[in-house]
Parts: sequence; C-alpha cells; structure tokens
Amino acid sequence: METPVYPAHNYLTNGHGLKSWLLTKDHKRIAILYLISISAFFFLGGLFAVGIRLELTTPQGDLFQPDTYNKFFTLHGVIMVFFFLIPSVPAVLGNFLIPPMIGAKDLAFPRINLLSWYIYVVGGIFTLFAIVAGGVDTGWTFYTPYSAASSSTNVVPTALGVFISGFSSILTGLNFIVTIHRMRAPGLHWFKLPLFVWAHYATSLIQVLGTPVVAITIVMVFAERAFGFGIFDPQRGGDPVLFQHLFWFYSHPAVYIMILPALGVISEIVSTFSRKRIFGYSFVAFSSLAIAVFGFIVWAHHMFVAGITVYAAMVFSFLSFSVAIPSAVKVFNWSATLHRGSLSFEAPMLYVYGFFGLFLIGGLTGLFLATLGTDIHLHDTYFVVAHFHYIMVGGAIMGYLGGVHFWWPKMIGRMYSEFWSRISAILVFVGFNLTFFPQFVLGYMGMPRRYHMYPDEFQVLNVLSSGGAAVLGLGYLLPVIYLLYSLKYGEVAGNNPWGASGLEWRTQSPPLTENFLEVPTDIPEAYEYTPKVVREAKLV
Amino acid sequence: MSNGYAHAEGAPSMHGHDHAHHPALQHHFSTMSQQREAGVLGMWVFLLTEVLFFGGLFITYTLYRMWYYEAFALASKSIEIVPGLINTVVLIGSSLTMALSVRSAQTNQRKATVNWLIATIILGSVFLGIKVYEYALKFEHHHVPGATFDFFGHAEASGEGHEAPAEGVTMGRDQIQRTTQIFFSLYFVMTGLHALHMIVGIVILFIIAWMAHKGRFDSEYHAPVEMTGLYWHFVDIVWIFLFPLLYLVERH
Repeated sequence: METPVYPAHNYLTNGHGLKSWLLTKDHKRIAILYLISISAFFFLGGLFAVGIRLELTTPQGDLFQPDTYNKFFTLHGVIMVFFFLIPSVPAVLGNFLIPPMIGAKDLAFPRINLLSWYIYVVGGIFTLFAIVAGGVDTGWTFYTPYSAASSSTNVVPTALGVFISGFSSILTGLNFIVTIHRMRAPGLHWFKLPLFVWAHYATSLIQVLGTPVVAITIVMVFAERAFGFGIFDPQRGGDPVLFQHLFWFYSHPAVYIMILPALGVISEIVSTFSRKRIFGYSFVAFSSLAIAVFGFIVWAHHMFVAGITVYAAMVFSFLSFSVAIPSAVKVFNWSATLHRGSLSFEAPMLYVYGFFGLFLIGGLTGLFLATLGTDIHLHDTYFVVAHFHYIMVGGAIMGYLGGVHFWWPKMIGRMYSEFWSRISAILVFVGFNLTFFPQFVLGYMGMPRRYHMYPDEFQVLNVLSSGGAAVLGLGYLLPVIYLLYSLKYGEVAGNNPWGASGLEWRTQSPPLTENFLEVPTDIPEAYEYTPKVVREAKLV
Repeated sequence: MSNGYAHAEGAPSMHGHDHAHHPALQHHFSTMSQQREAGVLGMWVFLLTEVLFFGGLFITYTLYRMWYYEAFALASKSIEIVPGLINTVVLIGSSLTMALSVRSAQTNQRKATVNWLIATIILGSVFLGIKVYEYALKFEHHHVPGATFDFFGHAEASGEGHEAPAEGVTMGRDQIQRTTQIFFSLYFVMTGLHALHMIVGIVILFIIAWMAHKGRFDSEYHAPVEMTGLYWHFVDIVWIFLFPLLYLVERH
C-alpha cells in the first residue's frame, strides 16, 4: 500500500487570493465560503444560547432584564434556523458533493450558485444590523399582531434579513433540482443515485415551494409595519391566525429542509461503515419524497391551541402522524443495514450512532405533540423546546457534523485527528442529552418556554441542562480546533480513505476544479459493497 | 474555459466531440441542448416559486373576501375601471409582441427580434405609467390604508356618495370603514408586487434587447430570449388574475 500524495493541482490551488474566492464559480469553493459563513453564524447563535442557559441557572431571573432575555431567545432562534440550519447540509455538503456524486463538472448554474451565497450574506448583514441596532424580541416566529404592531424592536431589518436569505435558499434548491435532472453522467439513472442526492432533491422541492410563501407573509407583515397597512391587524378585521397558517405552511416543511439532507448524509455513512448496500434502497429514496410531501400538509399542528376548529385540529393531528411512517421507514432500513454489517467506529459513524438515538427520541416525542390531548398540556412548554432540539440539533446537526467528518478528507485532502474527533462526537452526544433531556421533564412538569424566571423546584433540572450545554459547547468547539489544525498538519488522505463506493471517492482529494478528468462511464450500482469491491477499495 | 493545469488541458475532454463549440456553450455543459434544457427547466422551477409567492396573497385575499364580501364589493366598485381595462389590453398586447420576438429570435431575424423587444418594453412602460396614475388617484381619494384612510371621505366630498348600502347589506359604516382597509392593503401589495415584477422584467428586456442588437443570438442559441418570454408571460398571467379579483368583484 503506497502512501498517498497530496495532489499539486486541485480546486484549492487553482487561483490564489481573496478575489479568486469571492468571484469563484466553482461549486466546491462556494461550499467552502458557505462553510465559513454558516460556522460564524452558528457560533454567534451559540453565544445567545450561552446567555439563555446562564440566565436559567437560577430561578430569579437576575442576569438579564426580561426584555434582554426575549431578545436572546429570539436571536438564537432566528440565527440558528435561518442562517445555520437551513443552509447547513445543502449549501455546504450538497453544494460540494452533488456534482461529483453525479459525475458532473459543476452545478447547472454556477453563477446563480455564487449569487445565492451573496444573497445569504446580505440577508445575514441585515440581521446583524438588527442585533447591533438593539435586537428584536418577537421570537423567531414573528407572530402577529405583536410583530406587526406592538413590538418596538428591530422587526423590520430582521424580517428583511430572513426574507432575503430565503431567496438564497430558493436558488440553491432550484440549482439542485435542475442539476439532478439534467447533469447526471450518462448511464447514471435515478436508481443508481446516492440517497444523499435523493434527499437533496426532496429538500429542494420544499425550498422551492415553501420558501416563497413565508417570503410573501413577511412582505405583508412588512407592509403592515412600515406603511400602516392592515392585513393581519385585528382592529381592522384582520386575522392574526392567518399569519400563523401562512408562516407554518413554510416553517413546518422548513424542519424537513433541515433534517432531510442530514438523513441523506446518514444513509451514506451507515452504508460505508457497515460495508453493506443500504437495505431497501428504493424505500429510503421514496421516503424522502414522502416526507417532503407530507411535510406540507401538517402545518396546523403548531396551532392546536391558536383557535382553529376542532375538526381542522383532528385532521391535522391525523396527518401529522403520517409523517412518522416515512421517517420510521428510514430508521428501520438503516437498522437493517447495520444488522450483520461489518461495523466500525470511526468519528463519522460515531455521530451516526448518536444520531439514531437522538432522532428516535425526537421523532417519537413529536407524536406526543401531534396528539391533540397531550399537546394541549404540552404546548409552549419546554417539552416542545426539547422535542425540536432533538430533531434539529440532535438530528440535523449530528448529521451535518457526521457529514463534515466523513467528507472532510475529500474536501481538504487531509485527515483530522482520529482521537480528538471521537472525543468530540462523544462529548456532543453526552452534552446534548444532558442539555435537552431534562427539558422534556421540565416541560412535562409545566415549565413554559420563553420565560427568564421559574419556580424554585425547577432549578435542579435547569442547572443540569446548563451544565450539559457547557459540555455540548465544548463538543462543538473541539472540531474547529482539530479541523483547522488538519488543514496544514493532517495526514494526506488519498482518494478514498474510508473505502467507500460512490463516484465522489473516485476522484482525487481535494478534487480538481472540474471534478473529473474524464466523465465517469462505468457507473456502479449505488452502495456496491460486495466483498470484492471492499477488498479492492481498501487497497487504494 | 482554461482551468490552469497542464495535465488537465491535454486530457481528453469530458464530452469528446470534435466540432467547434458554440461560443455560448458554458464549460460545464456537454452540448447546447443540455444547456438549453437546463435553463428552461430552471426557469419553470423559478416560475413555480413565483406561483407560490403570489399564491400566499391569493389565499389571503380569498379568506377576507369570504369574510367581508360586502366591503370588498364596495371597495372594488370605487376603483376606476377604465385604466385597469386599458392596462389589461396593453399587457395582453405586450405578451403578443414578446411572443413575436421569441419567434423572430428562433428564426434568426435579428432586427425583428430587437424591434419586438422594444415594442414590449414600450407596452410595459405604458402599463406602469397608467398604474402610477391609478395610485395617485388612490392617494387623492384617501384610499391608501393607514392613518389617513377614509373610505367614504372622497365620495362625500364630491357629493357622489357611495350607494347607501342598499338591500341585503348588513355591514355597518364603521365596519366597512375598517374592513375596506384590508381590501386596499391587499390591492397595494398585490399590484405593487406585480408592478415590481414588471419593472424587473423591463430591465431584463433592455438587457436582452441590447444582446440581440449585438447579434448574440442565433437559431441555435436564443434561450435567454425564450426565458425572458416565459417570465413576461407569467407576469401577464398574474395580472389576468388580479384584474377580476380587484376590479370586478361586483360589477355585473
């Protein structure tokens, strides 16, 4: 086995200086730009979370003024949802990997791809401006009439920031849809595509169909706030609940924008480190589409106590249960893939094992909330907070981090520290559970979300949660250190350090600007882990 | 497209066909038809996004129209119909000129392409001009929602008086005063966003006309003209829905 050599020519060395990055049309460089910017927003959003958890270590509410606390949880939510989670997997990993996975030189619209990053940055600047100008306190959901009439904080710049960044999301989705339809290498038909690509296709459909609805909703709130129009204003006969309908019509499917690409990552990693073809390929592929479709018809489960009719509530409750079916299909198929697989415990796979536990708890507690009777008890309590963090942090971020660790050798061409990466995966899992599991109990006991004070008897669980947050924060900081360190000092990875199937592993690491010297022709079946292939791959 | 590596340049091309590339073929596509199909699909996906964008407004409109039908009927009657009618005709005409310019581009008639594009720009600008006139009327009549809104003010001042709510009208004057604001809020948001799309369209038309004038398009490469056409027709169709919804609620 010869030692791999770091390729002299690759997309990182093709052009130097800031300009070659800021004007690049290479999907891989744009992915790196996204990686840097969403990481910045992730740690900014994390700072607000630190503030929240510090405040909640004591019941008295003695660290911040109530108004400041409101701004902290609002900005935590706005930044994490719109500027980290929604772009995370698609804009970084999807951007980088879809073209090589389908044997293409680039996405269909490279300039639009770059444009989408700039739009994201402009949206981010608006939101940063809102922070500097004094923050915003509506909650990330911008409920009317508070957001449209009452709040005296910076609703307009924040809402504009979200509106603008929405177009970045739409353009990314549009680019992916066209790319997957039109740019596949000859012979790469749909059922040979990696499930990562299927997941991104389903995600893109939601981005393209859902995001414009929240955009127009924000326009209406903006018109109300800026020009004194009255669309959701109850004093003029407007209906604030209509805002909630429109908002959740996007923002519920948006949960699937965050989780579906992560599910795609999981399929890739599970298969690779089990050395097995994914169990039930077509079921997993279609379950992504099913989640995307069902995701659009369940939104009112956020509004069971908002004054919708009991008949509507029953229908939406029933439909919400249906989302569990394709989600469970995935989990069962991954479990069956693991069964009798040749398992190993590299860092990406550790994230995946963690993901299974967290996604399972997050998904099943979602059913509690979809049930009308329990939701009336649990609505707007910490139970809800814990549930969606299990999905969006436990699910989406674990998938994202697993994916970053899995493809880092491909993106950078070098390996990170195996030891520290395993430590960080374990820290994230332990810290996460310590942070959010107590919140289920708190919510069940009746602690409402969005309050900076609470009765004394809740303190023990809150302190546990804050302590867990510290561990979690450490788990998130560690990768920054060893990944940055690996940029220069990491061992050279070679084309295929994991012995994975998949087209992206055939090209060099880091890839050439056009990914392949020759368009791949002998397209393998997806996840071809026959013993022969594995043996040969390991020789690479 | 130069990629800067000696070894890559000498390598066989990803799409090894020998004949010269069309100058408009971008490096990451293999053929002109792949490039064109990608563009057209992209445009349709974008229009799908636009449908959902306006869809949110139409849902909102539908709900309030069901709730406050009488106010919507009264408010709709207060809009001058003639400018709206002229605009509808102008816009349908502009769709025709747009379609003709696409046809000219496909058949490689450079001059005709440019002329039809300019005709489209002119008709689009006429539409916007009339729209400005209509907006000015709304300001004059205090029909712009907000602090100065007064649905009955203009009619009473000019002595016309909106038909005193006659048979079957159950809404009181106060309620009409309040809920007609919802109608006009939607009127401004819907027509405003439509006008914004028109302005964007006209800017694009200028660029495309300039490119056509420079001879960038031929019978093999005219996708930008086609796609501008798709966009322009979409904006027209939005108006075809807006006109009856806003102007013709109860004019029969």
